Amino acid sequence: MLRQTSRLLARSIATTQQPIRLMGARPMSTNMPATPVEDSTFAASWKKVAPHIDPPKTPSAFMKPRPSTPSAIPSKITVNFVLPYASQLTSKEVDMVIIPATTGQMGVLPGHVPTIAELKPGVLSVHEGNDVKKYFLSSGFVFVHANSVADIVVVEAVPVDRIDQNLVQKGLADFTQKLSSATTELEKAEAQIGIDVHSALSSALAG
Amino acid sequence: MVETWGICIYILKYSMKKCREHVPLGARSISTQIVRNRMKSVKNIQKITKAMKMVAASKLRLIQTRAENSRGLWQPFTALLGDTPSVDVKKNVIVTISSDKGLCGGINSTAVKVSRAINRLTSGPDKETKYVILGEKAKVQLIRDSKKSITICMTELQRNPLNYTQVSVLADDILKNVEYDALRIVFNKFQSVVSFIPTMATVLSPEVVERETESEGKLGDLDSYEIEGGETKGEILQNLSEFQFSCVLFNAVMENACSEQGARMSAMDSSSRNAGDMLDRLTLTYNRTRQASITTELTEIISGAAALES
Repeated sequence: MLRQTSRLLARSIATTQQPIRLMGARPMSTNMPATPVEDSTFAASWKKVAPHIDPPKTPSAFMKPRPSTPSAIPSKITVNFVLPYASQLTSKEVDMVIIPATTGQMGVLPGHVPTIAELKPGVLSVHEGNDVKKYFLSSGFVFVHANSVADIVVVEAVPVDRIDQNLVQKGLADFTQKLSSATTELEKAEAQIGIDVHSALSSALAG
Repeated sequence: MVETWGICIYILKYSMKKCREHVPLGARSISTQIVRNRMKSVKNIQKITKAMKMVAASKLRLIQTRAENSRGLWQPFTALLGDTPSVDVKKNVIVTISSDKGLCGGINSTAVKVSRAINRLTSGPDKETKYVILGEKAKVQLIRDSKKSITICMTELQRNPLNYTQVSVLADDILKNVEYDALRIVFNKFQSVVSFIPTMATVLSPEVVERETESEGKLGDLDSYEIEGGETKGEILQNLSEFQFSCVLFNAVMENACSEQGARMSAMDSSSRNAGDMLDRLTLTYNRTRQASITTELTEIISGAAALES
């Protein structure tokens, strides 16, 4: 029971005072990243086979520990929105995100059920107060965690206002023509993907 | 009488000098030719290493921002699927990432050493460990002792700056050609220009993810997630694991390229400093020798003249 006190204390402080929260969130004996047990077995087995080399680090060593699930639903949802060449949003607290999942548009509010969803080409909108930011996504995955954190991993994304209407129409026409002249299954599939993306683009511009 | 002695001694000394075979014709007492040649070559080496350092520094600046920007990419996957270095599976595939060119310190041999140790760690009865190698340098080292277990070998990656599309094609190629339960990606994570951390990222196959979830093993909490889209859960997990591999590989390739340039920069920096030190020492030797030979000659002339006078 006493082992838990530091954590409980830190939690009660964290809710009242913002600056101390950073110190409280440091990995202490109780709130290390989720996998301390495994790491020790790995290190032990590593010592047996290669006592002269230090065990390699694993990704969790470079990651900030994620917050634990709070008992009450927070008022904001924390969004991480990453691309291969940039992190668009990092731990940003927003009101709501609407995600183009393959099963349809999905609104994610704080306290959403933990979900893994695949994305299709479409519009991601990030609602922050009255401010709405719209991005067009190509494809990727979304993970909504129980602690009201949403991770959006996307291959390519652009703000909707930077898409050119004329080029979209031209691309759509091109791919429609390609589909009609396609002979192999692969060509057909490629043309179909092109059409899907372009029609999603044009509907994003229209909507 | 004394005059002839003096001349005799002078002629004797002169002919003795001529008799020494390794001295080129016409050279005076001590040859400085060899030292001069050595100095010239050291100076040239210093020029080359300085130029290489500059090139590495400019490449490093470009790639460092890209590597740092790609760091967000793998974090969601680790948050969701956890970090499982100690997972016990039958078919392990070690993806070793190294550079194509040398002269970059110890990053390649570190990667190879770590890969070998992982091989020892994962091998056992009815287990199978295979290598997939990216980059020339790891191939050269690993081909010596584990030629049979190398399945794929890809080189010439770093010639053009890589983007995500190329890496995902690469990842696709790897996934199609190897059977795996767990992929272990070994690379050097860039910390600073002088420090690189050997790192191993683990990517599990969809079957293993499912097994671990069901047996309440290492991925126990994945069961609480609702899975949207796709026909079956397996299909989504398949997509997820392939996507995870391409993302992790992308970051790993970036980090390793960045480490390579950083290591090359510091290696070239220290070697141009060494060349400078060496040049200083050689210059000192050269000047001393020159001085000595002048002094000797003067002594000879003066003593000869003195002998003539008396």
